[in-house]
Amino acid sequence: MSTLNGVSYGLLLFMLSAGLTLIFSMMGVLNFAHASFYMLGAYFAYQVSSWTNFWVAFVVAPLLVAVLGGLFERAVLRKTHRFGHVAELLVTFGLSFVILELVQLVWGRTAVDYRVPAALDGALFQLYNANFPTYRAFMMVVAIAMLLALFLVLRKTRIGLVIQAALTHPETTEALGHNVPRVFALVFAGGCALAALAGVIGGNAFITEPGMAQAVGAIIFVVVVVGGMGSLAGALIASLLIGLMQTFAIGLDWSFIGALKSVGVEVTPESFGYPLWKLKLSQVAPILPYLLLVVMLIVRPKGILGTRDD
Amino acid sequence: MKFNVKPAALAVAAVAAVVALSGAAHAQNVKVAFIEGLSGPFGGVGQNQLKHFQYAAERFSGKQANSGVTVEIVPMDSKGSPQEALALLKKASDEGIHFVAQGNGSNVAGVLIDAINKFNERNPGKEVVFLNYAAIDPDFTNSKCSPWHFRFDGGVDMKLEALTNYMKDEKGIKNVYILGQNYSFGQQVSKYTKEMLAKKRPDVKIVGDELHPMGQVKDFSPYIAKMQAANADTVVTGNWGADLALLIRAANAAGFKGKFYTFYAGVIGTPTAIGAAGADRVYMVSYWHPNSAQSQIESLYTGFKQRFNEEFYTVAAVNAVRYLVAGVEKAKSTNAAAVAKAMAGMKMKGASGEDIEMRASDGALQQGMYVAEWTKAGGPAVKFDQENTGFGFKTVRYLMPEQAAMPTTCKMPKRP
Repeated sequence: MSTLNGVSYGLLLFMLSAGLTLIFSMMGVLNFAHASFYMLGAYFAYQVSSWTNFWVAFVVAPLLVAVLGGLFERAVLRKTHRFGHVAELLVTFGLSFVILELVQLVWGRTAVDYRVPAALDGALFQLYNANFPTYRAFMMVVAIAMLLALFLVLRKTRIGLVIQAALTHPETTEALGHNVPRVFALVFAGGCALAALAGVIGGNAFITEPGMAQAVGAIIFVVVVVGGMGSLAGALIASLLIGLMQTFAIGLDWSFIGALKSVGVEVTPESFGYPLWKLKLSQVAPILPYLLLVVMLIVRPKGILGTRDD
Repeated sequence: MKFNVKPAALAVAAVAAVVALSGAAHAQNVKVAFIEGLSGPFGGVGQNQLKHFQYAAERFSGKQANSGVTVEIVPMDSKGSPQEALALLKKASDEGIHFVAQGNGSNVAGVLIDAINKFNERNPGKEVVFLNYAAIDPDFTNSKCSPWHFRFDGGVDMKLEALTNYMKDEKGIKNVYILGQNYSFGQQVSKYTKEMLAKKRPDVKIVGDELHPMGQVKDFSPYIAKMQAANADTVVTGNWGADLALLIRAANAAGFKGKFYTFYAGVIGTPTAIGAAGADRVYMVSYWHPNSAQSQIESLYTGFKQRFNEEFYTVAAVNAVRYLVAGVEKAKSTNAAAVAKAMAGMKMKGASGEDIEMRASDGALQQGMYVAEWTKAGGPAVKFDQENTGFGFKTVRYLMPEQAAMPTTCKMPKRP
């Protein structure tokens, strides 16, 4: 059960970070507004599904966000590009605040009632008298389908070839008659759409509120750094690792007290540093990814599958 | 002191106008700094509470209340952080604001109490009074009690007294799981639940006692899986805001059939998450709920909903404003020390017509406590549903103020 929970949470993290790592590897832009596009995806899906139904929203919301992302790249990012990466970073940072305020203006500061569609509500199967929700299975299927599609597009199609060429040799690709700026806009829009797709299926599984971008913002950077900057496969491994780590840690009541007891040392509330010793692994579980980030940066700064050394 | 209901008859209105005019002759303005997280993970709750205070100030001070005392609420965004709250407290006192309201987070309330104690000691004549409307760590009215702190919510001890009073008669309860946010409040809930259940239901087993970081967890399904593995049939949780909404949503999704005993199931956003799946198995303890036996406060509930399209919930905000106005009237001064002295020991009629008292010995408002069940709306017992879900709260137990009263170990310093 914990494995399934962990894998499904990990796959959602992957959907989120895939777009970020894609944009970073193609354009060298660390998009601080990425989690905001995730939020936009959820809110658009809520709005569209309240007018029509979930399945329309499932298709329309990522497309809408992709258009917005493409426009932003074209109108703002391309202009700031020549001022260097710091300017790009700052402009996406600013964008995240703009999106947050806009969302609060339009939909208010509290959570909206974005629900799982009735067809996917309920249990798929039972395991040790716990239900596995159908919607979790749906999330996993979507994430895996996205992974496959991404792989096929990048490796097997002409567009994928052009994108890869534009990444390493932009001048040559341009000389061959390809519109490299348009390729970049396409990649940026695609990355945003992936984040939005994660928002569409994550928003109703968890909660759709203005704080949701901030809540995942930190964790997806952990995924990208741990996995290796710009490595899709690395992001996948890191997402699953973090998902599983968090879920399993919650299930474990290990603490220093138990460990010390097994080597014959008794710890009582009077012992020095008791509040630290009594901390259970389950209690610190949500902080573990950040610990992993720090350890990773010390031991292997380029990440699991990272290639960049700078 | 009674609730002042909008007078319907013209004659009454005329009399009221005269009274208001005479009051205006020595009108007094009182500013209250509302220091709360108005953005961030719990921003939604803070914004909603702010509206409660603004609405209470409109209805229970100034012209509408025929009072010469007008309360003005000054919102200040602490982002839920104790450090920011301290800076804002300084800002408020610099601006000459001597009344502070806060409630979301006992961690923030704790540092405010300490800071106010120190500040008042060093600045006689410029004292600051703390109107605490929701931070319910019992230490604030016991070991850390202060003559400057007034709590209008029920303490964790009072609330768990009511909750365990109901739980002791529920024979289905066998395995209890305690889950809370990892800060003073969550720790107190765990401590008192274990103590009181051991006394009232020694046969009940505590199968889990878990704390998680506040506002950090997005996916509660691993916690639910742990509860299921532990065979829990009952969960006691102090979680509030998104932490409670997500918890119950995960429980519904995983088909967890146990019952939830909560403190804050009625707070904005949570009823939506509970929905139909939580019917007849989510409970809440509070000093009021929309379907409780109420006197004139129903017009407040409907008026608030009409005005903001949000649920009215925080009667403590109303009581804080009423006590403040009555305190200023009694002291005939807006000097915070004089008002604090006037409020201590003051008696009023509460939301359900019960006799409430701001106990002078510890600064805890003595009031009735309800245990309510989440159930299908309609019928006389559940007149109002919550957040248009079609479900609402039904009273299953009511404790009179003297039944909910808890002893205090407070050695109150002499009030100046």
